[in-house]
Amino acid sequence: MGYMRQWFKSGTPWIWLNGGAVAFSMIMVVGLIGLIAVRGFGHFWPSDVALINLSNADAEQSTLIGEIVRSETVPAAIARDSGETVPDDMDLVTRHLIKLGNRDQTDRDFAWYLELGMQPWQYPQDIMVVERREWGNFYGRPLALLREGVEVATPESDNFMQELQAAITRSLELHEEIRRLERGTIGRINTSLDDLRLDARRLELDETPADIRVIELDRIAAERASLDEQYAVLRQELDVIYASTRRDTLKMEMADGNAVDISLAAIMRVTEPNAMSVFGKTAQYFERLWEFLTEDPREANTEGGIFPAIFGTVTMVLVMSIIVTPFGILAAIYLREYAKQGTMTRIIRISVYNLAGVPSIVYGVFGLGFFVYYLGGSLDQLFYETALPTPTFGTPGLIWASLTLALLTLPIVIVSTEEGLARIPSTIRQGSLALGATKSETLWKVVVPLATPAMMTGLILAIARAAGEVAPLMLVGVVKLAPALPIDATFPFLHLDRKIMHLGFHIYDVGFQSPNVEAARPLVYATALVLVILIMVLNLAAISIRNRLRERYRSAGE
Amino acid sequence: MTGDQTTTLKGDAATATQDPANRRDRPSVSPASARKIGERETMSLTDEVAKIQVNNLNLFYDADQALRNINLMIPEKRVTAFIGPSGCGKSTLLRCFNRMNDLVDICRIEGEIVMDGKNIYDRDVDVADLRRSVGMVFQKPNPFPKTIYENVAYGLRLQGVTSRRVLDEVVEKSLRAAALWDEVKDRLQENAFRMSGGQQQRLVIARAIAIEPEVILLDEPASALDPISTLKIEELINELKQDYTIIIVTHNMQQAARVSDYTAFMYMGNMVEYGDTDTLFTNPRKKQTEDYITGRYG
Repeated sequence: MGYMRQWFKSGTPWIWLNGGAVAFSMIMVVGLIGLIAVRGFGHFWPSDVALINLSNADAEQSTLIGEIVRSETVPAAIARDSGETVPDDMDLVTRHLIKLGNRDQTDRDFAWYLELGMQPWQYPQDIMVVERREWGNFYGRPLALLREGVEVATPESDNFMQELQAAITRSLELHEEIRRLERGTIGRINTSLDDLRLDARRLELDETPADIRVIELDRIAAERASLDEQYAVLRQELDVIYASTRRDTLKMEMADGNAVDISLAAIMRVTEPNAMSVFGKTAQYFERLWEFLTEDPREANTEGGIFPAIFGTVTMVLVMSIIVTPFGILAAIYLREYAKQGTMTRIIRISVYNLAGVPSIVYGVFGLGFFVYYLGGSLDQLFYETALPTPTFGTPGLIWASLTLALLTLPIVIVSTEEGLARIPSTIRQGSLALGATKSETLWKVVVPLATPAMMTGLILAIARAAGEVAPLMLVGVVKLAPALPIDATFPFLHLDRKIMHLGFHIYDVGFQSPNVEAARPLVYATALVLVILIMVLNLAAISIRNRLRERYRSAGE
Repeated sequence: MTGDQTTTLKGDAATATQDPANRRDRPSVSPASARKIGERETMSLTDEVAKIQVNNLNLFYDADQALRNINLMIPEKRVTAFIGPSGCGKSTLLRCFNRMNDLVDICRIEGEIVMDGKNIYDRDVDVADLRRSVGMVFQKPNPFPKTIYENVAYGLRLQGVTSRRVLDEVVEKSLRAAALWDEVKDRLQENAFRMSGGQQQRLVIARAIAIEPEVILLDEPASALDPISTLKIEELINELKQDYTIIIVTHNMQQAARVSDYTAFMYMGNMVEYGDTDTLFTNPRKKQTEDYITGRYG
């Protein structure tokens, strides 16, 4: 009894409690990141492809080729309920989820199979994984490489893989060429045509004198004709390239023995994972990871990369920072330095602080109603009348998403700036005033520089909050698939009116709106990890700037 | 904010005000050779040229009166010390000379402070101008978050001086005057926060004299410093009085005795006694003064 009292008095239980709380938090954080990392980035590892023979008589298919995704042990009753034949004396059965691919052929690219009916798995070296632009992976055995329908190489020939890789490289280059033409030259022609259309429309709206109008219309018609001509030439060029991509075909054999022809135009990459060394797999892993980070998404976001989402998130956060920082800092300076500290100021301050607690979706609704429809609609009426009824700014877009987030994070910046200003010792202000400086000279030359670390802290918190926000963004400018990046080489380079993709929304979209849950699952984790890392990078950048500022103004408050 | 400004002062209004020019016979003293009380030249306020004249000054914080009918004359190019217990109003009085009390919303002032024939509380006085001619050094060193060079140049830059040559010259001159040049001449572009406390305080003095004020107010300039730094500051004060009128507030009576020519003892917002330092410390006229300097209260 006495010992226990002594123990409590010594404070040891408190230390244990506090230490335990820290340990618990650490476990949570590390566990969370670890889970996301393993699930997400494991996806890019080229796993071995198994060949499985089924001995069940009632199986519709006797041979399977695919990757084992995961395995679980379930009560036999569940298996029986789902129509499997399980002997009565078994209580538990093991089943495996197998990624079969070949979605276009069998429409069952993921399926569960009981281990019960499986003969030992094999990993034949000649199984090939074909990554396609559409329909996901194809698993099977190569039969032949065809050129214009004529066989040029078979797996038996020594140079089969070289021939195949050379053909694929060629087709990828052609694809790149098509992309360049479509995005670049043809894109420019389209922009010019659109401009001409707007010019014509302006002529109608502006009631130009008839003679000028005729001249202008002639000019427009002439330019349009010349552009159409250019387009026709390009179109022909494109058709030639398209035809050329259809030259080669890969003939594959599926698990059930049927042969399938795959045009090389549809192939991204072929690998034989079972034959690869660990070194080769590692190289492959990083290649695929890089692809994930730098490519556009395909197949309703379940394949390909997430580059537009990363780019959109960063752009949006930067634009938001540019808006919220000066705005919040100026507001805080007025509140703290100039406003009379009376009831009114107190009410304003409390209101600002409370804004931080408003649910973010409410900001989204406000952003849609006020920014998009009212502000954007007015802008369209004033400056983009010719384009109406197609809205330019009167529709969700980057600027409105950034503005909404700026509003959302404004209280954070104001609060930390105010705290920073309040912490600056009055002796420093007095020192400046005593030298004949006016209040504003003191503020801008001495006080504000000293408060910059606090402002940066506010910005760091704002960035962390904004980058992870999803709900309001769905209303004000983030979409499932944006046709173009918000920054590109055409004037005015930063396109504030464009819709953007966003990692947070991408996670939601891939995770919950995807037609193919199993295919999307690893991408959800990978995207989540990218988002976490991105926020960490943004934060670290801001923190290092803050620390540099702190170092510069060190001990000012002492 | 020092405690003086917020202290409530009540009662003891009966204490009489002093005639600043009041003389009394002093004992003969030996010629000045050491800076010790009783060993300096005889000084008298009547022989001095007035720099600042305070007439019937009353100061209120809302309803509380912090200064009661203060009258005194600050002599030119001399060191005048204000002593007294905490909350007696000495810092408040000091801050009246460069109108730092204007920053306190609830502060109200009656009476006048005449400097060079002009009441500094007149409506047409530009406070920034006034503060340029009445510099101030605070209790805690308060350098700006800038380089040593920029700290000293701050006041000049405010006045629009941009010539590198002028700035260099003034910075060197001011740092030399503040006895800091030799210590910092090789690191002028270093942040002022890297200096020691004593160096910072001398930097602040250099910053104040860079704009060539006529009067320098020192608000307990050495109270946050170690003895060696304190000694340096005191030597500096002795140097500076060649060119500047100096008013110093101090808690430390030995310091007042060492550095000042004239001393005013304040108590509860009243000017109890004002006279040359030797006399005030060796032969005070008032019982209250004697009690304080002999350590019976305060």
